[in-house]
Amino acid sequence: MTATLAAALLLLSSCTGVTNSDDDGAVEGASAEALVVYNAQHEKLAEEWVEEFTAQTGIEVVLRNGGDSELSNQLVAEGDASRADVFLTENSPAMSLVENAGLFAPVDPATLDLVPEKYRPASGMWTGIAARSAVFVYNPELLDESELPSSILDLQSPSWKGKWGGAPSGADFQAIISAILETQGPEATAEWLTGMKDNATVYRNNIVTMKAVNAGEVAGGIIYHYYWFRDSDSGGENSGNTKLHYFGDQDPGAFVSISGGGVLKSSKNSVKAQQFLAFLAGVSGQTILGEGYSFEYPVGGDVPAKDPLPTLDSLNAPVIDPSKLNGPEVIDLIMQVGLL
Amino acid sequence: MTTSPSRALLIIVVVLVVGMLVPVGYVIEATARIGVSELAALLLRDRVGELLSNTVLILLLGVPITIVLGVGSAWLVERTDLPGRRFFSIVSVAPLAIPAFVSSYGWASVFPSIQGLGGGLLVATLAYYPLVYLPALATLRGLNPSLEESARSLGLREGAILLRVVIPQLRLAILGGGLIVALHLLAEYGAFAFIRFDTFTTAIVVAYQTTFAGPSAASLGIVLALLSVIVLGIEATARGRARYAYVGSASPRPAELVKLGKLAPLAIFALAVIGTLATVVPMTNVIRWSFATNPELLNDLWRALVDTSLLSLSGALGAIVVALPVAWLATRHPSRLSRVLEGGYSIASSLPAIIVALALVTVTLNVAPGLYQTTATVTAAYIIIFLPRALVTLRAGLAQVPESLEEAAQALGKPPLLARMRVTIPLLFPAIAAAGALVALGAANELTATLLLAPTGTRTLATQFWSAASSVDYPGAAPYAISLVLLSIPAVALLFAQTRGKTR
Repeated sequence: MTATLAAALLLLSSCTGVTNSDDDGAVEGASAEALVVYNAQHEKLAEEWVEEFTAQTGIEVVLRNGGDSELSNQLVAEGDASRADVFLTENSPAMSLVENAGLFAPVDPATLDLVPEKYRPASGMWTGIAARSAVFVYNPELLDESELPSSILDLQSPSWKGKWGGAPSGADFQAIISAILETQGPEATAEWLTGMKDNATVYRNNIVTMKAVNAGEVAGGIIYHYYWFRDSDSGGENSGNTKLHYFGDQDPGAFVSISGGGVLKSSKNSVKAQQFLAFLAGVSGQTILGEGYSFEYPVGGDVPAKDPLPTLDSLNAPVIDPSKLNGPEVIDLIMQVGLL
Repeated sequence: MTTSPSRALLIIVVVLVVGMLVPVGYVIEATARIGVSELAALLLRDRVGELLSNTVLILLLGVPITIVLGVGSAWLVERTDLPGRRFFSIVSVAPLAIPAFVSSYGWASVFPSIQGLGGGLLVATLAYYPLVYLPALATLRGLNPSLEESARSLGLREGAILLRVVIPQLRLAILGGGLIVALHLLAEYGAFAFIRFDTFTTAIVVAYQTTFAGPSAASLGIVLALLSVIVLGIEATARGRARYAYVGSASPRPAELVKLGKLAPLAIFALAVIGTLATVVPMTNVIRWSFATNPELLNDLWRALVDTSLLSLSGALGAIVVALPVAWLATRHPSRLSRVLEGGYSIASSLPAIIVALALVTVTLNVAPGLYQTTATVTAAYIIIFLPRALVTLRAGLAQVPESLEEAAQALGKPPLLARMRVTIPLLFPAIAAAGALVALGAANELTATLLLAPTGTRTLATQFWSAASSVDYPGAAPYAISLVLLSIPAVALLFAQTRGKTR
């Protein structure tokens, strides 16, 4: 019967050993040469990208999915020991965090040329791969058009108590707050957040916020545009009773957030990693974004946005250098106010 | 005859205990690293006060409610002439097969406005009351009915007998079940996240999502660890006194059934309502949506099923291997030392999975980067989190194997340790199987540690369910939920069968 125990141990060690036997122990079900992408973009979009990239190049890609903040902080904690080759986000602050830790390799100049300057940081350490606009989603049965806020800053006033919701624990919302911070300064931002703590219902993410507005639990909410278009495109189960209000007028609430992609300095597959990034920013990647399920805005390769999105230029967003957005300071402010 | 343990066994156990204490060390080290002033700034916030009051309230209200539900159903199906007793005895254990986060998701889909403390209490007590019901049922079956008969002959009413004679004898079962429920309530993440109820654990997960293994996650973790220790302390103190009051063991004579009379319809109604709320309501939509699932998903489902099975199996085997030496030490060489070592094993497992996972992330990155994001690290997390399940089962199994057999083998010239292994392990097989099933059940439903530690590209049923459910993709989440329930049924059946086997 020692044999049984020995067999059990052997089985255990083989279970744990499978992935250790090759050089790159982190990757399950893929060869050591596979690109490891820390992906904070929507899983489905990333899978569409990867499928096409692998079909074009034969290069295998594995995704480690998570959120902007968690994966960016994870990359910083891992430092040079990281197994990631590429990092993709939904918003810019997470890219800045990794850039400021000195973990990115410069993006190939040819890739940068694919993306207009306003959609990437001047440093050239990462590039924009997509864009999204903040919107106010509202339920017309609870909120008349004449009552709509003219600025996101209005939402801190006591008259909005109990009338709106948002997801401050998510990087999406935090990016919008970083735009308020960049345009209005820390004191005004802290005040706005205090107003939010008093007025707003806190939800877990954008979709849940939109669903609550749709169900009439709350009159309005701050989300990104594409959640609404995506749901509306697939039948409108969670958005059918709602409308979108764009703040425009260079209001911080009209913020357009740049999703970023970058190659890690510590990557052992940097040539392939740069190739993947060039694919994302180029016509193939941007077309998948522009025509696929996503409804996010393409930023490179002159690919148009999907119908019926208003053009990105028509949104009249505030002009903000994406690398100036300060994620950690925003999180500190949110914590001070007690929303986290 | 008690012998002193061999040096080899002691060394093995001590090394394993040190390994199990890694998360505790991390929590202490993290506190020291943060420094007093920053720690105070992080903890003395209104938000932390809200979390503390939510966490303490759900403990103070949730534990008694689960005890009432669990003991009440056990007494009704075991000690009364309730019509359909057998049916209801199974209905009351069924919620155990539905992971709490699946149940919460089901409730939130039927009643989207469910939220906060009320929602948390509803979902958690319905999901956890079988954890009290099972030990209460097993104890009721083994109780000597003569005490109740004497009480009856002295003229006590049935209600008074229940309160003054039966329930005091259930103290160990109630304390044990209540402790498990309390630790579950402290550690629960998924179930509360769906219904917007914030506790320390949900806040730690959010802190992890915003700062990874940053100081705010660690500082909240310390408070949660302290709460776990307090809960353990309360249970140990209460049990210490209860032990002396515990009377009688198995009796071959079945107890006389209490006649419910006019109350029978009420009892049936209560059990039917609880059973419906705990199983039918959460599962209805899940089953309905699974019909709307995209067939392409089946491929992903299959992959997740394979990954889940491999990881759970790996965790189960690991936990058995780690638990055996200390179970051996505790049953064969009971002493103050063995009790201390046993306690050392269990402390870390009372920490929520998210803290164990953050500890392992930090430790592997700094000490053994080669193990970072490998199956070995997830397996280690499963072992730490679910070790008590294996330990308790193996200890009970070992206690039933007669030591004289080992001594005989030893007398025949086998080296002591080898003799014991050759003779005892085969007899221990049923206990090993039960321990493995229990750990595998827990590991298959594990969410946070798996998300943090699993190798890149791993998809388990729980993580896939979570990812789909978080984006409100109901048809996408449903098949994973159903697979989790189906995977859990054999283990729950095994547990239920054990309460019968032990006493009849």
